[in-house]
Amino acid sequence: MCVSTKLHPRSALAVFSLIIINKAGGLIYQREFQAGLRKLSTNDYLVLAGTFHGVHAITRSITPKLPLQNTASPVASSPGTSAPTTSGFSYPNPGVPVSGLEYLETDKFRLTCFQTLTGTKFLLFTDPMTGSVETIVNKIYELYADYVMKNPFYQLEMPVRCEAFDRHLGAWLRGRT
Amino acid sequence: MNSRRVILTVRSNLVSRNDRTRIDKVNAELVTLTYGTIVAQLCQDYDSDYQEVNKQLDKMGYNIGMRLIEDFLAKSGVGRCANFRETADMVAKVGFKIFLNVAPTVTNWTSDNNQFSLIFEDNPLADFVELPDDGRAQDELWFSNILCGVLRGALEMVQMQIEAHFVSDVLRGDDTTEMRVSLVRYIEDEMPPEEE
Repeated sequence: MCVSTKLHPRSALAVFSLIIINKAGGLIYQREFQAGLRKLSTNDYLVLAGTFHGVHAITRSITPKLPLQNTASPVASSPGTSAPTTSGFSYPNPGVPVSGLEYLETDKFRLTCFQTLTGTKFLLFTDPMTGSVETIVNKIYELYADYVMKNPFYQLEMPVRCEAFDRHLGAWLRGRT
Repeated sequence: MNSRRVILTVRSNLVSRNDRTRIDKVNAELVTLTYGTIVAQLCQDYDSDYQEVNKQLDKMGYNIGMRLIEDFLAKSGVGRCANFRETADMVAKVGFKIFLNVAPTVTNWTSDNNQFSLIFEDNPLADFVELPDDGRAQDELWFSNILCGVLRGALEMVQMQIEAHFVSDVLRGDDTTEMRVSLVRYIEDEMPPEEE
């Protein structure tokens, strides 16, 4: 992906685009907020979503385990982790389920992946210098919960075509500066 | 007691459309009346077939729960529960508190920690309600059955298949209102469930 706005004055705050992937790996939302990334065709976005979904699942399953230092009290395995506590290995933080890829950074952009507990993934492409991406993602999740999930005519897992969501998302991102 | 006015902390845009605060409030009686109307209409539509009404309420709740869970997660910011006991507390003390401003008691655990009861001392859905006097509603209708569905839908979205049903209701003349919740299994795959 090529970036041409490296020196753009507002690039430090830039949110390039947002992708939402449903729990089955399907692309349900894609929107560009600011130019900077190369545009992809609709089909390529679908492929990107599906590929990322697979890669994410792989990164979750290859999370390295560390050898247990001593015979520490075995931690009850929580759903989702199912870490075999009988072996001499454990996740670095056994109380927290493995999350998989969380962000990917290049000198041109940063890709942040936020997966909700329900399995939906929010992919945010930002400038690498953009701060508090977590705040942005949380806000997007709130708007999604409000204007997508609470719209009684939105069918779950289907592409998001909610005008109010588009509007509030755009307004909030614009007002962020 | 009569002057009591519960204001449900239901998140809604009914009150302030603009510049909404994190938790907007809506008059509890509006919710009570709306819900009561739905149940009464179902009883009429299904010719007082209360088994069917229970089923429909559960379905409606299920579809609500699947959507409401995202709001709960997005705004409460809580993480995944480590076990079913933690889930029960989360449901009772955070979930019911946020959406209905009640906090049912979690009790009667089975020894395998897979089943518990929620005892509702206060049930805003049932304020002012008297069940029909037809000799059957008292034995067959679970007036607040929508709550069972909400729980089922919401927990299914966070990979828990549960079964929930009421076992007693003060509306029927019982001493308590009690919902029994059982964990069926943790759902491992992430296939999307169907709306009912």
